[in-house]
Order: sequence, then structure tokens, then C-alpha cells
Amino acid sequence: MAKRDRLSGNEAVAIALRQINPDVFPAFPITPSTEIPQYFASFVANGQVDTEFIPVESEHSSMSAAIGAEAAGARSLTATSSCGLAYMWEELYIAASNRLPLALALVNRALSGPININCDHSDSMGARDAGWIQIYAENNQEAYDNMVQAYRIAEHKDVRLPIMICQDGFITSHAVENIELLDDADVKGFVGEYEPENYLLNPECPMAVGPYSITDYYMEAKRNQAEGMKNAGRVVLEVAKEFAQISGREYGLFEEYCMEDAERAVVIIGSAAGTTKDAIDRLRAQGEKVGMVKIRLYRPFPAEEIAGALKNVKAVAIMDRAEGYTNHGGPLGADVMAALYRARANAFAVNYVYGLGGRDVRVEDVESIYADLKQVIEDGDAGETYRYLGIRE
Amino acid sequence: MATDITKLGVKVNWQDLTEGMVIAGAGTSKDFNTGEWSTAKPQFIEEKCKQCLLCVPVCPDSSIPVKDKKRLAFDYDHCKGCGICVKACPFGAITMEGVK
Amino acid sequence: MSYNFKETMNKPERLAPGHRMCAGCGGTIAVRNVLRGLHEGDKAVIGNATGCLEVSTFTYPYTAWEDSYIHNAFENAGATMSGVEGAYKALKRKGKLDETYKFITFGGDGGTYDIGMQSLSGAMERNHDMVYVCYDNGAYMNTGIQRSSATPMYADTTTTPVGTKSNGKPQNRKDLASVIAAHDVPYVAQTTFVQNFKDLHIKAEKAIYTPGAAFLNIMAPCPRGWRYNTPDIMEICRLGVETCYWPLFEVVEGKWILNYEPKKKLPVEDFLRPQGRFKHLFKKGNEYLLEAFQKEVDRRWEELLFRCSR
Repeated sequence: MAKRDRLSGNEAVAIALRQINPDVFPAFPITPSTEIPQYFASFVANGQVDTEFIPVESEHSSMSAAIGAEAAGARSLTATSSCGLAYMWEELYIAASNRLPLALALVNRALSGPININCDHSDSMGARDAGWIQIYAENNQEAYDNMVQAYRIAEHKDVRLPIMICQDGFITSHAVENIELLDDADVKGFVGEYEPENYLLNPECPMAVGPYSITDYYMEAKRNQAEGMKNAGRVVLEVAKEFAQISGREYGLFEEYCMEDAERAVVIIGSAAGTTKDAIDRLRAQGEKVGMVKIRLYRPFPAEEIAGALKNVKAVAIMDRAEGYTNHGGPLGADVMAALYRARANAFAVNYVYGLGGRDVRVEDVESIYADLKQVIEDGDAGETYRYLGIRE
Repeated sequence: MATDITKLGVKVNWQDLTEGMVIAGAGTSKDFNTGEWSTAKPQFIEEKCKQCLLCVPVCPDSSIPVKDKKRLAFDYDHCKGCGICVKACPFGAITMEGVK
Repeated sequence: MSYNFKETMNKPERLAPGHRMCAGCGGTIAVRNVLRGLHEGDKAVIGNATGCLEVSTFTYPYTAWEDSYIHNAFENAGATMSGVEGAYKALKRKGKLDETYKFITFGGDGGTYDIGMQSLSGAMERNHDMVYVCYDNGAYMNTGIQRSSATPMYADTTTTPVGTKSNGKPQNRKDLASVIAAHDVPYVAQTTFVQNFKDLHIKAEKAIYTPGAAFLNIMAPCPRGWRYNTPDIMEICRLGVETCYWPLFEVVEGKWILNYEPKKKLPVEDFLRPQGRFKHLFKKGNEYLLEAFQKEVDRRWEELLFRCSR
């Protein structure tokens, strides 16, 4: 029987991990993800899981140990935020190139400097090209549901790539919401056992992992790795379909909100999508044709599908909770605009940088974006396409 | 199942590489000839050998095979001719050009 | 633990030929003889920091290892093996694995004394059941003989070159064995290639079969970096020990034990003279450098004797 509870995003993810009962969990604390290993350590201390919990001396080591454990044949994961993710940068690439389906519970936080503990997406956006699957949550329920689905996606034989389950620091990680938890047995049955083909602790056949690759092989190795990512989108949908059967909750690559007849749209990732929905509800009540595309799967990027969702809009605002320092906007802006270009879309597109370092996003802020888009359509000109939302100047 | 590395030559297509570039199995380097790195090679004078095996642990290239506690002939497919074994032999049973 | 030389040499080889280390490399001599410390029938997972050993022993698709092997990166061999050992514990606990495995990680001095120090320190402090073996050749040899914190004073390296205003590396080498011993791990030892490998073999076996974290520091000369006559490696190691530059000792459960005391301690210049990296020390007018080097060797030797006498 599913159970309703009031939980923070961190606690919800920790409960999902208890239900999954992974083999190895190396961890190092960093705000705002610290609670995930904390909750988990109490599950270990009370015998609720039989996971090997390794409290390591840094994030670089937590990812290194997770890689070692996963290669050894154990289902493993770690959790981190911000500078912790930056510190494990090199290891992210190694996990992916070794095709190790480990998981990372990421609680998004701004990168230093200046040092700041609040939410933005600069940490995971910087890791977008590391070869990891990235899935984002709008709220605590989604963070929990995504965590439950993570290993089914990562370990799928056509994928075998590491997966990052992202949620917004403090906004979802620490805020308490009503959520619905699945039965322990349902999660156990859904996730299943990890059965790798080759692993270090296979008594039948040893394995060597992490070779030096001469130029003759390197490029083919990268292409081989890319194939896993090519398959990931399909697998994300297949797993979501199965998940709906045990949960009644449906997930796609992204969520469309009021997009059927929308003329103006916002494309956004994470918790600010909830605020955007409120703005849309207000504006729709006034008869305005506004909608939203909320990205769930950011890597691999479902470019064609997103362009399809935007095909009838006249103007779109792409929201980046991270700077890209390109002088043209952020990473999501670049991805969506490239998708629109390839689809020969005619919509005007502008890119906003917003919410950095935990800067609050209010319903009025989102309403101002739809107003800006209205102006763009009236002007017949996108004007400045690289904008900041709510900056004092 | 052990990887068949004969199918992993430098002209292999991307589809045929091992996933994650792992090699299942062990000791596949035996297929790689390092013996051709040098022309000077140690010579084993079997008559002088007392089978003390002192030459065995000093070889950086595992090129002095041992069977039933007796050393066999040099593995010239892998010996790089470093000459360390010449110095390790107390009985003059190994010689090599340029090594006294 | 006894040492039957012929039995030991008769064990199956666990490092296959065909790897691409230089002719005369001390690193693979260290590896072969450490792996002989494993009991037959016991399985092992070998870890490796990036370095000469790694790029040469697992060049795709050729692995020289007869056991499972993992290379992750340069600075994290300790943490990587922590994860492997953690996986072993977890899989055993969950009833998914019956076999006995041992965990041995190799790193050069660059990956151990320097960039991998934090990761090693963490792994030792957590007391994972593993052995970390440093094959210490006293410089970053893989990138072309740059100084490390293991490089001895005055050594001529490519980042501490001898010049009109330089006598080579200005600093003393880090005493890593002491640093690791201060982690209060069950077993720490220092050794090299002497006494027909008896010292090395016994220490390897102890390190592998002592429950908890163990550390072995093995002086493994590099003919390219040290610029000695390649076939003379065993003599170089002997002189390292007889001059007390590289003493043989172990720290067992915190107790310091000296394993060998030369009958007549040789002057350190006997160890330095055959090595091209110290050639400048023997130029006229540089006698004071040799004196300073000797003084440092003496100081450390006396300190070791003191520790072992308590």
C-alpha cells in the first residue's frame, strides 16, 4: 500500500535509497545534500539496509570509491552538491567512459565563488557534457520517483551509463511537502538485482578496467560510449511506463503545461516550473495563451521532441539557472535554440539567466517574462536575446 | 567470458570495441612482442646453471619461466635485454654482449 | 612466515610479460615480487594509480595482470580500492560471493607521496583491508623525470635541473613511511631488492595477510631517471641499504622494528656515485653538498634507531 507522508526532498531521496538498498554508498557531506548520507547512515546504524557505507575524506574520493565499487560488481552511488560535484569532475568522465551505471543524488547549488549555499544549476550544467544521464525534479515527489527509476535506466543493457538525479537545493531538498511513498516491496521488485556481465569480483573470469588507449582506439571508444546515450531516451520512457504501473504517476522526457494552443512558452528546469505553472494559471484566467515545457531529461537532450512541443508557439523564453559566459546565454538556451534551428522553427527565442545563488523567483517575475514575450511578438523582433531576470541595475 | 583480443586490432570498428573498454580475462599482454625492442639478448649457458633461480625475481619482464623449480630457456618474445640477470647469476651461466 | 626461495620462485607468475615498461625497470620487479606474497588459490584485485606502470601494463587490449585490475586516475588509487573492498564486504554480507579476495594497490611516488596523498591517507585511516604499495623511484618518471616530494635532496631532475645557480632539488625527501605509520595502521614496512628478496617477500605476505590497512614503501630504481648502468640495479639497491639511505624496517601495530643493520655503515657517496642524477655532487668544490647529504642520512638513521629502540 502506498503511504502518504510529509517529507523534505532529501529525506524522500534517502527513503528511496533505503528501499533500493544499494551495495555501496561512499559519501562526503556538503550543503545542501548532506542530509541524504546522514539519513542513510542512520538506516545503516539501525540495520534497515545492509549497504556498505563509506564515509570518505572528500567528494573526489566518494566518486572514486563509487567507481571502484561499481566496477567490482556492486550497485553504488553517492550524493553531493556544488563544489563537491566540481571536485569530482574528472571522475564523472571516468565513470561514464567505463560504462558504470552508478547513481549520483545531486542537490543543485551554486558554484563558488563567491561561495554561496543556495540553489542554482551551475554545478550540474557544468557536468552536462560528462556523459552522464541527467534527470531533474520540480518537487519532492519527483525527486523520490526519479531516484526509484534511476538504476533501471542506468543499468539497462542498451544504456549502461551513470545517472545524475537532480533536485533544487533547499527549495525542494529542505522544504517539506506531502508526498506519496511506494511500498518497500514494490520498489525492491521494480528495481531488481544488479547483474553486470563483467566485474572485478567475478570468480569465473577476472577483468581489467581503465586502460590506456592509443589514438587508434580513442575515437571509436567515444563513439561506442555515445551509443549508450542514444538509447537512453527510449529507455527513460520505457522505465517511466513501468513505473506508472506501480505508482500511477506518469513521466515523460519533459512535461508540457497548457501547451495545446500556447502562443508564448517558457522552457524551464526544476522547481521554478511550479512557480511558472502558477503564473500560467493566472494568465490563462485572463485569457492569455501561455504555456510551459518543463525539462525532465536534460542529458541526453530530447531536441526533436522539444522542438515538436514548441512548433506552434510565436515566442519562447528559455530559462537558464546558470551562467554560460558565452555572451549569448546559458546552456539550456543554446540547446533549445539549436533544436529550434534544426526544426526550422519560426518562433522568436530569448534566453534568461535567472535565480542564481538562490535568488527568489516569484509568480510576478514569470508573468513579466510572458509580458516580455508579448512585446517581442508585437515588435516582430526578439531584441536582446541574452537577458537577466530580476537583476538590479 | 574472456574477451577475444584478436578481434580488437587497431582497425576495429566502434561497434566491436568492448563496452567501457574493459577486457574480460587476464594476461593478454603475452600476445604483444616486446622482444623486438632490443638486439642484445642474454644467453643461457645451461651447463653452468645450478638452478639456484636467483635470476628469476630480478627480471622486470617475467621472461625467465620456471617449471618444477627449474628455470627454462629465456622468453625472447618478451625479454628486452636489460642485462640485470647477467649480474644476478653467481655462476656465469648468463652472458650478454656489453654486460660484464 | 618462513621464506623458501625456490618454492616462492616456483609460484605461478601474476604479472605477464608483454607489458611496455622500460628495459631494466625496477617498478615491475617490485610488482612481481609483491604478488608472490599472495597465497596460491587466493584471488586478488589489483589497483593502480596512473603512472608508468599503468600505461604500460594495460594498454588496450593488452593487460599484463593475471588478476582483476582497476586503474581509475592518478590521485585516487586509495579511494578507488576503498570502493572495491567495500563492494567485497557488501557482496559477502549479501551472500553473493564465496571466494576470498585480497586487495593490492600500486602507485609510484608521484601518485602516492604527492597527488594521491589525500586519497591514500583516507583509505589508511579508514583501515580498509588492503595493501597500498608505493614503488618509489623518487620522481615523476612517466612524464619525464620531474621532482616529487620523494626525490632526494640535490637530485638533478627536469624541474630541479642543476645549473649555475642550482644544485638540484633544494629540499629533503618526505618521510612517507613515518607519515603512514602515524595513521596507526596495523602494518607499515619499507624494503627494496636485497637478500634475494627475502625481506620484500616476507613483508609483502605480512602486508597482504594482516587484516586492515597496510602500506609498503619499496625503493624501485629507475635506470632512466637515476642514470646508472641498467644491469646494476641490484647493486644500487644493496648500496641504498648498506649506506642506511634506505633502511629496512617495519612498524607493526605501532611498534618500530629495524630489520637490518649494516655491519659497517658505508658512506652515502657510495650510493650516489653510480647515479648520473648526482654527478654534480662529485665536482671539485661541491664536497660540502656531499657532507650535507651525509648529515641528513645520519640524522634520519639515528632517528630510526631511536624509534626502534623503544
